[in-house]
Amino acid sequence: MDFQLTDDQRALRTGMRELLARRFPRTRLRAVVDGAAGWGDGDAARGDGGTARGGELDRALWRELGAAGLFALRVPESSGGVGLGLPEVVLAFEEAGRALLPGPLVATELAAGLSGSLAAGAAQGETVVTALDEGGAPVEHLASADVVLALGPTAVEVIPAKEVARSAQPMRSIDPATPLHRSTPTRTRLDRVEQAAQAGQAAQAAQAVQAVQADQTGQADQTGQADQTGQAGPGRSGLAVRLRREAALLTAAQQLGSASRTVELAVDHARHRTQFGRPIGAFQAVQHLCAQMLVRAESARSVVYAAAVTEDPGDIAAAKLLADEAAVHNARDCLQVHGGMGFTWEADVHLHLKRAWVRAGQWQSGAAAEEELAAGLVSTVETCL
Amino acid sequence: MDLTYTEDEEDFRHRLRAWLAEVLPKLPDRPHPADWPGRRAYDCGWQRMLHEAGYAGLHWPEDAGGRGATPTQHLIFLEETERAGAPYVGAGFVGLLHAGPTIAAEGTSEQRARWLPPILRGDEVWCQGFSEPDAGSDLASLRTRAVRDGDEYVISGSKIWTSHAEIADWCELLVRTAPVNADTPKHRGITWLAMPMDAPGVTVRPLRTLAGTAEFAEVFLDEVRVPVGHRVGAENDGWRVTMVTLSFERGTAFVGEVVACRRVLEALARTARANGRWDDAVLRRRLGRLAAECAALWRLTQWNVSEAQRTGGVPGVGGSVFKLRFSQVRQELYDAAAEVLGPDALDAGQEWVADRLSSLSYTIAAGTSQIQRNIVAERILGLPKGR
Repeated sequence: MDFQLTDDQRALRTGMRELLARRFPRTRLRAVVDGAAGWGDGDAARGDGGTARGGELDRALWRELGAAGLFALRVPESSGGVGLGLPEVVLAFEEAGRALLPGPLVATELAAGLSGSLAAGAAQGETVVTALDEGGAPVEHLASADVVLALGPTAVEVIPAKEVARSAQPMRSIDPATPLHRSTPTRTRLDRVEQAAQAGQAAQAAQAVQAVQADQTGQADQTGQADQTGQAGPGRSGLAVRLRREAALLTAAQQLGSASRTVELAVDHARHRTQFGRPIGAFQAVQHLCAQMLVRAESARSVVYAAAVTEDPGDIAAAKLLADEAAVHNARDCLQVHGGMGFTWEADVHLHLKRAWVRAGQWQSGAAAEEELAAGLVSTVETCL
Repeated sequence: MDLTYTEDEEDFRHRLRAWLAEVLPKLPDRPHPADWPGRRAYDCGWQRMLHEAGYAGLHWPEDAGGRGATPTQHLIFLEETERAGAPYVGAGFVGLLHAGPTIAAEGTSEQRARWLPPILRGDEVWCQGFSEPDAGSDLASLRTRAVRDGDEYVISGSKIWTSHAEIADWCELLVRTAPVNADTPKHRGITWLAMPMDAPGVTVRPLRTLAGTAEFAEVFLDEVRVPVGHRVGAENDGWRVTMVTLSFERGTAFVGEVVACRRVLEALARTARANGRWDDAVLRRRLGRLAAECAALWRLTQWNVSEAQRTGGVPGVGGSVFKLRFSQVRQELYDAAAEVLGPDALDAGQEWVADRLSSLSYTIAAGTSQIQRNIVAERILGLPKGR
């Protein structure tokens, strides 16, 4: 057993951090945010076209991330991917969360692992894929997306973004860098897939996915069909369940990155801000806030990394639960350490908090994670601990 | 990020499991908690069995009589013994985890030969004389004095929170050998001594904990004479010597308890299902959250052990982070247990109620949570030294 990062994993993390520092430095983040803030009414954050201001995805950056392999880390080398595993994706997404990189990263990464032209486009950063979560979370970056990956409890569907946008209502997103739409799934097609899945015909369900995908994107691509069927996995709901879990884990990874970053921001502020003739970080009241932040971040890190290795549903639920909590509470404490500055638009603290709130509502809520973990306590399956 | 154990590690685990399955049924009944001589005999008997099977001093260096096991093997040992319901280290705690490793690291060859083998065999029991009524978190301000008289130190003062004092043969004792003044800060001037507990002038008075039992004691020292040869390390260098000891406490010290957390949690869920409280979503979700916390504690342990393995056995800075979370979760676990028990939570005869009471010490013993936060803030986060 060696739970620590390998040299290659460290290098990947460093590479991702450097790439984001180059291509998405703080000034870029602020341009996105302050563009959205310009009108103060969230108008631009609706991202409903016709404006280059905040909230609109930077397609050039997205392609560059694709070219760097961010979305193809898990795609086999034989299919033009990087051929790594979930732990590596988690490390990369942790860096994205750290830098507050906007965009539907999770859905695009998941789509790149499917098949056909959709997967290839997503992997290259050409096709922007956002997600529709049956859990009811708003759809992020809908106006910038090409397609929507809709994940029900057992069904998977790919819908053109324009179609979803027709019935979706833009929200005044709390996160100035993440435009959000309220949406209800287009029930008919999803139900069709759902029924097929529930009939216990995995292959048929997967083919339905493929058919819908081909139908809706207008890019019939039969070459990937065998892969698609294989991805349905054992059991009738294999694919949807797996994708939902991976989505929760990759969301947790971003939360972890944010939680670590807010520890750094708080510590940095506490070392330089002087009151009563000394840095405020010399006061135990402030020190102990910072110490608890580190405890939260490191506890979350241990389960997020473990879940990336085991892919165990219980581990993933624990990862999402603790990472959500670490991101939200660390941002709150970071805000407190910053004092009055923490309440300003100018400081980045609120961006971490708002993004953490958005992500906490995605894929697996705290309540759902707790219920899943509770169910795990009474199941007869031997746990890894 | 590899969580699979190597073939050697799995082999170690399987041999240990087989041995535990063979010997545990032969153990005598556990003594009553108030029966100190019985507890000493039981704990030392277990240590002798470990010694005969080659598991004594697993994590000690081989030249100290240990097995030189890797941190991962030590983790497996602690995990498997807890799962199998084997006895806890008990009376051997200070000898095996504090005094022994200190003597192994800092003692002369004569000292190592005199004191280490009886610890490993379970022949001699050690206790710890560090804290004083006026020196708790601020340990370095201790005032028990040792004055040199020829080949002996003459010691007067008092120690507190000393576990196993009634049944110990030896005490690892910190004493002041140089007064604190402008030239001598309090951390200098401290010396580490091995004191026989049967020496004239040693008086032990048991202290009753809030759980009602006498788990530790006060130790009064009235002109106790200890040979200079019982000093480990140089005179006035005891603080540094002690830090070697304390760092051992932050390694794998709580593995058994973390494994036990999961077991307790599963038992709580069973009980809650039986008595209907499982239908309360608030309680159910609370138990679910604790499952996540327990998983995190286990993964943090594996993370820290892997780090120690890479650094050659030196516990990393993760110890304080772990202990902060662990002690909090341990208390939350038994608070949840009280909710599962309902009115029975007021019955001190219930196992979980007794455990709930003892869990109250976790945020205090071995460095209070406040001191741990100071350590995290200053040594890990690099914040300026506080006041």
